[in-house]
Amino acid sequence: MNIERQLCTFFLQGLFFGVEVERVQEVIRYQEMTRVPLAPAVIAGLINLRGQIVTAIDLRQQLGLSARTSEELPMNVVIRRDDGPISLLVDEIGDVVEVDEHLFEHPPDTLDGQRREFIRGVYKLKEQLLLLLDSEKAMSVVGNRPA
Amino acid sequence: MDPNQPANQLTNTMDGMDEVIKEFLVESNEGLDRFDRDLIALEKDKTSRELLDSIFRAVHTIKGTGGVLGYEKLVSISHVGESVLSKMRDGVLLLSPEIATVLLAMADSLRRILEQIALNGNEGDGDCSRVVQKLSELLKDVRPSADQPARDRVGDSPVQAKDRNSPPRLGEILVSAEHCGADDVRVAVQLQEEGDPRPVGEILVSKRVVAPLAIAEALKAQIEHHDITSNTIRVDVALLDKVMNLVGELVLARNQVLQFTGTQEDSGFLSTAQRLNLITTELQEGVMKTRMQPIGNVWSKLPRIVRDLSVGCGKRVEVQMEGTETELDKTIIEAIKDPLTHIIRNAVDHGIEMPDVRVARGKSPDGRLMLRAFHEGGQVNIEISDDGDGIATEKLKAKAVAKGIITAEHAARMSEREVLNLVFAPGLSTVEQVSNISGRGVGMDVVKTNIEKIGGTVDVQSTSGQGTLLKIKIPLTLAIIPALVVTSGGERFAIPQVSLVELVRCEGEQAGHSIEDVHGASVYRLRGNLLPLVYLNRELHISTAQGAAQSVNIVVLQAGDRQFGLVVDDINDTEEIVVKPLSKQLKGVSCFAGATIMGDGRVALILDVLGLAQMARVVSELREKSLAEHGAKSTDNLDARESWLLFRIGSGGRMAMPLSLVSRLEEFPVSQVERSTGQEVIQYREQIMPLIRLAQAFGHGAVADSELLQVIVYSSHGRSVGLIVNEILDIVDQQVAVQHIHDAGALRGTAVIQQHVTDLLDVPALLAEQHLSSEGVVA
Repeated sequence: MNIERQLCTFFLQGLFFGVEVERVQEVIRYQEMTRVPLAPAVIAGLINLRGQIVTAIDLRQQLGLSARTSEELPMNVVIRRDDGPISLLVDEIGDVVEVDEHLFEHPPDTLDGQRREFIRGVYKLKEQLLLLLDSEKAMSVVGNRPA
Repeated sequence: MDPNQPANQLTNTMDGMDEVIKEFLVESNEGLDRFDRDLIALEKDKTSRELLDSIFRAVHTIKGTGGVLGYEKLVSISHVGESVLSKMRDGVLLLSPEIATVLLAMADSLRRILEQIALNGNEGDGDCSRVVQKLSELLKDVRPSADQPARDRVGDSPVQAKDRNSPPRLGEILVSAEHCGADDVRVAVQLQEEGDPRPVGEILVSKRVVAPLAIAEALKAQIEHHDITSNTIRVDVALLDKVMNLVGELVLARNQVLQFTGTQEDSGFLSTAQRLNLITTELQEGVMKTRMQPIGNVWSKLPRIVRDLSVGCGKRVEVQMEGTETELDKTIIEAIKDPLTHIIRNAVDHGIEMPDVRVARGKSPDGRLMLRAFHEGGQVNIEISDDGDGIATEKLKAKAVAKGIITAEHAARMSEREVLNLVFAPGLSTVEQVSNISGRGVGMDVVKTNIEKIGGTVDVQSTSGQGTLLKIKIPLTLAIIPALVVTSGGERFAIPQVSLVELVRCEGEQAGHSIEDVHGASVYRLRGNLLPLVYLNRELHISTAQGAAQSVNIVVLQAGDRQFGLVVDDINDTEEIVVKPLSKQLKGVSCFAGATIMGDGRVALILDVLGLAQMARVVSELREKSLAEHGAKSTDNLDARESWLLFRIGSGGRMAMPLSLVSRLEEFPVSQVERSTGQEVIQYREQIMPLIRLAQAFGHGAVADSELLQVIVYSSHGRSVGLIVNEILDIVDQQVAVQHIHDAGALRGTAVIQQHVTDLLDVPALLAEQHLSSEGVVA
């Protein structure tokens, strides 16, 4: 019997990512953001989520992808956490996908260092490869300051 | 079989017992706190029956409820304690410091057991025999005729035997609540009379007549009888916090609604919004009040600490409290607990002298420790004073130099107040002998940091040999605070109002002149002193708004005991904001204290003034010091920014003189003017003060005297001269560009002040001209 897993999927610079659906609190469209000066570069800013202040993390920055242009407004994938939710900024939201565990494979060795850290593995779907994001890692911030 | 066994088994099986135990723990701990307090009060007022009864009741309740719940150790300790106390009530035993110490030790043992119960659910394996033995020893000294302490008969205690307002007996309560029949109680009492050592409650439980829960309730009812007036309920703090958060949200929603009122004309909507506004404000106040606690809650533990300390080092200290009812937010109460304890420890350990030293110095052998709390201007002031040794400033300075905290040169220049504030410097302890009580090098600096963390300030005053006074100022609440909203680089920032000193705005041209550069640091001349400037845009690496700034906005802020000016693009408004913490990803950014949601729904960051100052290095003491000195020199310079007194002489002449030369402005009735050797004089402060009519001196022609003469009093070398003017116009704070004129006589020149040409009066020159040189003012 195959163990199935539901992933909430999204796109980042053409790459197809997924996080476990039970970790996702909600998905919302672009929210106005307040920048936090001097904060690490991966922190895009703060958003007001129905009265709650949520830190937004720019996944493109975190994964070392190229920055979004100013016209491209990111979407928020809000991840549930014990100490308050955190939003991950993505380009576009995909469907909720059910995946078979036997399609899972550990990240290929060719994946470069920085990205590899954040990816737990790959699901070999028919159409496309689905990268399983390590959301805990993705929300971690090393105390570096912007360059 | 152990009679307690069944109760214990039931504890594990019955639902709701956990609640009972939890409540028992809370109540017992409160009872013990009251026990400490009352016992210490009883030491002062040995005859107070009321205090003794209260002490007795606390122990009795623990014994009773503890017995029902099957806690043997609690019972065995409190049983002996009760025996001692009942001897005291009978007047056979009189409270001595030794007895008090043993009783307090008993309370501590009970606390330890309660702690164990809270942690592990059992009494732990700690040995309590020593306390029991010590208590028993107290009993030995008493005549053996005194019999065994009274066992609980039907809910009976020695209190009730004498007290007419005695609470109902346990059996009565059980019967009336229909937990058991009157016959069951009678049987139990009879068993007791036949020699069963257990209290009635236990007998009933062991016979399975009544559930332990019912007994616990009955005991509680019995206790509550003592306190019928209590109209209170217990609420979980977490729930209060939640309600507080919701009110915070409501305040934000209200702010958003109010923003719409500006664009709406619908009168129905406007009045509804108005009502929403009022109700929200009241609700906010109400909820804040639920979180308020009297400061006495923290203070009540202090007498016990003081007693332990003073007994430990052989001192005698009396604690006095004023304003115990002063209320503070719960989070703040929590935050000041440790700093207060530390200050008290310090005062007893270092401040108050040994009794013999005190007597030799002509003081009462009992040291006095005074705690005062009061509200003032939206803040709570706490003052802690002692009449002890005070702080030896010379010693403190030497120590600070030896430890490399300041240089010797710096020490020589320091003011008394600055020296005293060295006690808050990290790594400094003035006591040569490090005691085990305090003075371990981490002390007052931690106190200061903790108080500043909650937006408070602490100041110290001391007279050597006379005592020390510590003043703490803290905000009432942390959750909702008034803040100034500023804009910089297109972003809004909130600055907590407590740090705000004043706002300065320099317009156009003037801005360029008034901000100067001292060794790469920008400074602003504020009333003759140099104020270090911090540019928010630069500190935060954000871009400045486009276009050359027409004006410079300076927010003068207080960081610790230093001030600095924060230059921002724009100053918006003050607003009540709800402080929300930042996520842990942002904890590394020290210049923000949190974030808040503004009326338009956007997030704004709250600046941490102290963090910002540290980041910009304006709180380095030496630098500011040298700047201040530098500033003092440059005020002699004429074109320095100064305050000017503007006045009119004659019918149209505008004149100004530096405000610093004006000692007073007075009005005199014309009738008081007298003459002496051709000079108009007036009697002023037991001197004869010569008067000069400026209009005449400058040939502006006399204007008809009004009833009252406007006089500027100029004082120099203890002598005064009165300058009669026609009208005082204004005081302006401005940098003036002086145009020197030839043959100006008693004028320094002219300048443009408030768009008018104004003559600048040279007072010493005028006096010389009038043969009234300041030294030679004739009386």
